[in-house]
Amino acid sequence: MSYLIQQTLIYAIPLMIVALAGVFAERSGIINLALEGIMIFGAFIGVLFVHLCQKYGVFELLPQYANWGSMQLFEILGMVASGLLGAAFALLLGFAAINLKADQTISGTALNMLAPAIVLFFVRIIANQEELRLYKGDAAEWFMVKKGMLGLEAKDNFVVNTFFNKFYLATYVCILLFIVCSIILYKTRFGLRLRSCGENPQAADSLGINVRRMRYSGVLISGFLAGMGGFVYALTTSNCMSNGDVAGFGFLALAVMIFGNWKPLNIAGAALLFGLFKCLAAGYSSIDINGDGVKLLFELSKHPTWGKVLNPNFYRMLPYLISLLVLAFTSKKSRAPKAEGIPYDKGQR
Amino acid sequence: MKTRSFFNKDGTKSVLSTLISILIGLIAGALIILIVGLVDDKLGLKEAWKGIRLIFFGLFSKGQQAGRLVFGFNSTNIGDMLFRAVPIIMTGLSVSLAYKTGLFNIGASGQYLAGTTAALFIALKMNTAVVAPWIVWILAFFGGMLAGAFWGAIPGMLKAFLNINEVLACIMTNWLAANIVTWVFEGSGLQCTEGTKTQVIWKTSHNGVATAKMGLDKLFPESQQVDGGIIVVILIAILIYILLTKTTLGFELKACGANRHSARYAGIKDKRSIVLSMAIAGALAGAGAALYYLSGSTEFHWQTYLSLPGEGFTGIAVALLGACNPIANIFTGMFLSTLDVAGSKLSFFTEYNEYITDVIIAVIVYLSAFSLLIKTWLTKKFKKSDDGFRKIPDVAYTSKSGQGDKLPNAAAAGKEGNA
Repeated sequence: MSYLIQQTLIYAIPLMIVALAGVFAERSGIINLALEGIMIFGAFIGVLFVHLCQKYGVFELLPQYANWGSMQLFEILGMVASGLLGAAFALLLGFAAINLKADQTISGTALNMLAPAIVLFFVRIIANQEELRLYKGDAAEWFMVKKGMLGLEAKDNFVVNTFFNKFYLATYVCILLFIVCSIILYKTRFGLRLRSCGENPQAADSLGINVRRMRYSGVLISGFLAGMGGFVYALTTSNCMSNGDVAGFGFLALAVMIFGNWKPLNIAGAALLFGLFKCLAAGYSSIDINGDGVKLLFELSKHPTWGKVLNPNFYRMLPYLISLLVLAFTSKKSRAPKAEGIPYDKGQR
Repeated sequence: MKTRSFFNKDGTKSVLSTLISILIGLIAGALIILIVGLVDDKLGLKEAWKGIRLIFFGLFSKGQQAGRLVFGFNSTNIGDMLFRAVPIIMTGLSVSLAYKTGLFNIGASGQYLAGTTAALFIALKMNTAVVAPWIVWILAFFGGMLAGAFWGAIPGMLKAFLNINEVLACIMTNWLAANIVTWVFEGSGLQCTEGTKTQVIWKTSHNGVATAKMGLDKLFPESQQVDGGIIVVILIAILIYILLTKTTLGFELKACGANRHSARYAGIKDKRSIVLSMAIAGALAGAGAALYYLSGSTEFHWQTYLSLPGEGFTGIAVALLGACNPIANIFTGMFLSTLDVAGSKLSFFTEYNEYITDVIIAVIVYLSAFSLLIKTWLTKKFKKSDDGFRKIPDVAYTSKSGQGDKLPNAAAAGKEGNA
């Protein structure tokens, strides 16, 4: 059970934070189809940051700080770096959509094509292969926090084993950030102004709100969160490796956002659900649900009749199938920001 | 006066803005090559110069002699270019047709996979000792087309009946297709058992099925790949052009794309039209896949669940670069496959790699998102140089709306772009 919860969180958290990234852009009136591309780019920047720091021996230079705590700081620096460059990448979308009033779907698609191309181009030049890995060691060895480090090795209860053992600090930082960003969006003046630009920019403008600035802030925050989410995804699920691909996670986040009806709390729930499915797909063979030593899902996949359906292929397509079905059932109720995707034109009424 | 009417034509402006986008894209690629060459000490300026020349003239590369690149007519390259253009022109047509009818078909990848699966199954499972190979080829081609149509119709139906955004539905059906295809081939027994290549499906020539060469192998004798597929593609492009511009059905589809509700008011079945245009778009993508894999010289990597085929996304570039005109798509498809050939030369002869061509394509798509802006700019440019007193209203218009999109010419262009 602990394993199941931990794995679900690992998949759900990047989804959640990237879906929130989508909310910030759409609430300000810009469709951010480029989430996938920004994630890919952010993952690359974060991995490159860690790779270069290891290569130039930052921790060998300062041996007195080479403990697990400073590693966490190092991880957060990587997240900040990937977030900042993700925001810079998202500027391309903002420039096209806000200044040039371009088609947002097309420019988002262009960024989704640009990110893997540029990442693979540089990865091949830097690493001379198709993927950029850590310079030495693996992600778990460098960044994972174990309960012994927190002085909890004697404790062996459910809470400690689930939430304070073998985790990445990034997961909790993201949860915290998710809460903070949701509060900003709903409980502050800035959030209200941002949302008004996605609903009725003309009215917002008439009240003295600078629509362009608000939309740029929306896109930049969106880029920051998505870029950071990309790095967190790479760190926690693929051993800090960048290969110009996040396996459709950005698009899944988009579905989570719509499923969550552009509201943070619903998004958190949807992300956990999708995370559970992703976790089933990745680890169905080693999940022990009720702790009796029987790996039920694995047994089922070997079953002569049930195994025909309940096999890894089925679990892998489940998130997409569910999201399509959910979209089909909730489409009547879903309420997108009214002005999303429409370039702001002052003269329009 | 004559030059003015030529430059004021909408078609001319579209072509010019496309050429400008291409040029900017190529220059961006060249700049990246130059900067990387200067920064990275294992590359250097000499290597960068080689790379830049290959980006622009890779199609005419004849290899290397004593470390120097030689350029000239190369029939292998041109034949390969034509062959690689086949699937992307088809996915381009798919995206174009959908775009003209008001839908953004980002699902060409999934439709392409559906087409691949059906075509390969028919071509490899049918006994060519009983049924003549050419009949099998035709069956497989139409099978691929039908599978693509079915896969395209799903997001179409979701859009028509449940009002789900087709972009999202397409993204989901893409990844569904990627998983289903892996599942289907896993137990199919069609995996290649030759040597160590267990990751691929048999070529269709294993079962004696292959596209006819139609004399193109005589034209380009050294190319292993070129076949009649490109001729079929050109015919289909012309058919689609006729469908869209000369038939009632085409008009209905376009009208429905322009405004679904007023089309219904005019007596057009809007739901049927939406499903139909997605199905035709899917059929085109599926046919592209069938033509590519039925050539008999291509291998299909069946474990697709982690990545989608790039043809679907290149199709978006082909379509947008050609302003979604089916005839223009033939040329833009060939241009992008030229870049593809140039990319493989680049990674073969220099320390750079082929991904730079994807960067160039992405830059071009990015630019085509605001091709309207370039067109408007062209309009102003030619008006100013041709007609002095027109200058004043132009400036007045542009200062008001910021973009000049109220100009009559640009407005017409805008309608066409959105339709």
